[in-house]
Amino acid sequence: MTTLSATSRWIKSLAVEPAPLRSMLDIALKAIALPLAGLAVFLLLWSGAAAKIDTSLGKFPGPSAVWEQFGSLANEHSVEREKAAAFYERQDKRNAARLAKDPSYQAKTRRYTGKETFVDQIATSLVTVLSGFSLAAVIAIPLGITIGLSKTLNAAVNPIIQIFKPVSPLAWLPLVTMVVSAVYTSSDPMFSKSFIVSMVTVTLCCLWPMVINTSVGVASIDSDLVNVSRVLSLVPLKHVQKIVLPASVPMIFTGMRLSLSIAWMVLIAAEMLAQNPGLGKFVWDEFQNGSSASLSRIMAAVITIGLIGYLLDRTVMQLQRYFSWDKSSATR
Amino acid sequence: MSQKVEKSKALKRRTLAKFVAAAVLLPSLSISSMQVFSAEELGYPEKEELKFGFIKLTDMAPIAVAYEKGFFEDEGLYVTIEAQANWKVLLDGVIDGRLDGAHMLAGQPIAATMGYGTKAKIVTPFSMDLNGNAITVSNEVWKKMLPNIPKMEDGRPVHPIKADSLKPVVEEYNDAGKPFNMGMVFPVSTHNYELRYWLAAGGIHPGFYAPHKGDNSGKIDAEAFLSVTPPPQMPSTLEAGTIYGYCVGEPWNQQAVFKGIGVPVVTDYEIWKNNPEKVFGLSTKFVEENPNTTIRLTRALIRAAKWLDVEGNANRPEAVKILSQSNYVGADYDVIANSMTGTFEYEKGDKRSVPDFNVFFRYNATYPYYSDAIWYLTQMRRWGQISEDKSDDWYKDLAAQVYRPDIYEKAAQSLIADGLASSTEFPNFVEETGFRKPQKHFIDDIVYDGTQPNAYINKFTIGLKDGDLL
Repeated sequence: MTTLSATSRWIKSLAVEPAPLRSMLDIALKAIALPLAGLAVFLLLWSGAAAKIDTSLGKFPGPSAVWEQFGSLANEHSVEREKAAAFYERQDKRNAARLAKDPSYQAKTRRYTGKETFVDQIATSLVTVLSGFSLAAVIAIPLGITIGLSKTLNAAVNPIIQIFKPVSPLAWLPLVTMVVSAVYTSSDPMFSKSFIVSMVTVTLCCLWPMVINTSVGVASIDSDLVNVSRVLSLVPLKHVQKIVLPASVPMIFTGMRLSLSIAWMVLIAAEMLAQNPGLGKFVWDEFQNGSSASLSRIMAAVITIGLIGYLLDRTVMQLQRYFSWDKSSATR
Repeated sequence: MSQKVEKSKALKRRTLAKFVAAAVLLPSLSISSMQVFSAEELGYPEKEELKFGFIKLTDMAPIAVAYEKGFFEDEGLYVTIEAQANWKVLLDGVIDGRLDGAHMLAGQPIAATMGYGTKAKIVTPFSMDLNGNAITVSNEVWKKMLPNIPKMEDGRPVHPIKADSLKPVVEEYNDAGKPFNMGMVFPVSTHNYELRYWLAAGGIHPGFYAPHKGDNSGKIDAEAFLSVTPPPQMPSTLEAGTIYGYCVGEPWNQQAVFKGIGVPVVTDYEIWKNNPEKVFGLSTKFVEENPNTTIRLTRALIRAAKWLDVEGNANRPEAVKILSQSNYVGADYDVIANSMTGTFEYEKGDKRSVPDFNVFFRYNATYPYYSDAIWYLTQMRRWGQISEDKSDDWYKDLAAQVYRPDIYEKAAQSLIADGLASSTEFPNFVEETGFRKPQKHFIDDIVYDGTQPNAYINKFTIGLKDGDLL
């Protein structure tokens, strides 16, 4: 009873609190309490539902099983690092022993040959997606600007873009694999073939939203701005640099965000199908293993994939905030 | 120095004796047996960084053990081991050089050299294991088979179970218009031939291939329809009802028991006692360019196989622990341990002792016998993958191209010289012809003599014989 009255007194006191504090509380509620409540409800629903799903590999993993797997994945990583250190030590000794016997030997340190841990797979996936995306951006943005500036070119290129845009990465993959194996041949390659295959597949799939958004952004520049450029009689390059680029930055960034999220989804699928190193392969390997921990490990990967996708999106949004004049376009 | 000279003289004598024996007994095989070997120190490996492929099956164990126990490193080899999606991807990897070597189905190097499927020259200096497969049927099929199987006093079924008990079930399905689909792992896989052997021994026709007509589905005249599924996907494909049974290596039969979705009915040990299973395949190009590396990796693999079988399987629990790591086979410890530690669980709870279910070293398991290669060739002919008659010499020639006991012998001799193995653990290299003595112990009691492949083919009721062309 006393607590109840205390609470009601507290609520009343809130009502007469001066405005700034109240709005701060309001913000805190919206920014922290509501997402936390959402998360709590989700976890409850998840663990409730998981307990009811029986698969041939045992129960569907609930939050606690997945949390445990994060622990064991981290543990595996540190064990593997120790093994790697021992590997390098043994290798140094062996190299020294051989040099003593055979001075002409070109000793070199080889990379650790053990398994890739979950953390390594994450790093591989991130590097691949960022390279594929950067390559796509380097092609797509200039292409988009050129198309946006010229109606004729737009009419000519648009059908091609529209046809390639909806193609699934899984359809590209066999073609990319064969072409890369045929074209990319070198005795001591800088990048592994699997990396090139994944990267090119990502590029092919995330090119199109950037091209389209950039061209639309460029084409829909305020005619006043174009007129200003005409009045100042800017040369084409200056026109692009001073008028077109700044004016279309919000649209370019929208395209980039769309592309990056596509790139991330495509990469996971490509890694899974092509067995290229990365998170996608991790998921597939676990599925193949069919051990009693497999489902929770896959679920751990799912959450990691989601988190990374979210962080990638936020990063581009922050970049957009920094570069774009239209701050309102970067809120969602 | 003088010691060395004497040694080499002795070796020459031995080689000469061998040469004479080889020339008299098998003119066609003499090329590979003729090479002079020596136990003197091996040269450094030409290629130190190697990548080996494997499929998630327990019989890849020698590769994992050679890595984890440091046997590869002892040879100065830095090996990366990589799981492959399926047998086709693995074979292509070895052919195009993405992989330096791989755990292969015994039929793969033979078929590749022959040009059935992808044509490429693949050789094997090392046979990886004996036995290790089983045939599993779905719970529904098992329930229908059960009344046809004789029982022991305690009510458990008598093993080995023959396909006779499956025949009425297959007929029932076929009469109802439902094709009786079964899974195996590759057209030239041991599993395909074992499943066919078992079915045919029970009077069920598994279908012919007719590559000369472009028909590689292997379903001509079939009563049971066999198709390819990658090993790790077998249990889920069975669970989905796409197939009613399959033949695959471990742990995917024990996985079915563990998951409660199917019942293993017969092991390949019961179909053909101590049958040769996987081999370690290398491209001819690799072997020619890297002779020292080849011998060294064979040494490491022999040591691993020996480690796996030493002291009555004493190391098996540790091996199971290695295999259950997610980067190797990755199934649960208990599932892998079931078969690896000398027991096999048929129906849930019906665990029986099969000490030789997985043999890695004893009974000369690692020596690449020509007669093993020829058995696979006879089955390829039996089921039409080899569409025309071939002479006995053709069989022996092909076997000698693919199986390389000469490399094995060099590796074994140097291990003996280093004190890492004793000569009693290997075949007597002076007298060894590469042909096992006529083998009995087949489920249908037909005797196999590798020196007479054509006579052997003619013994089967179901299957192509001398002069048959589809």
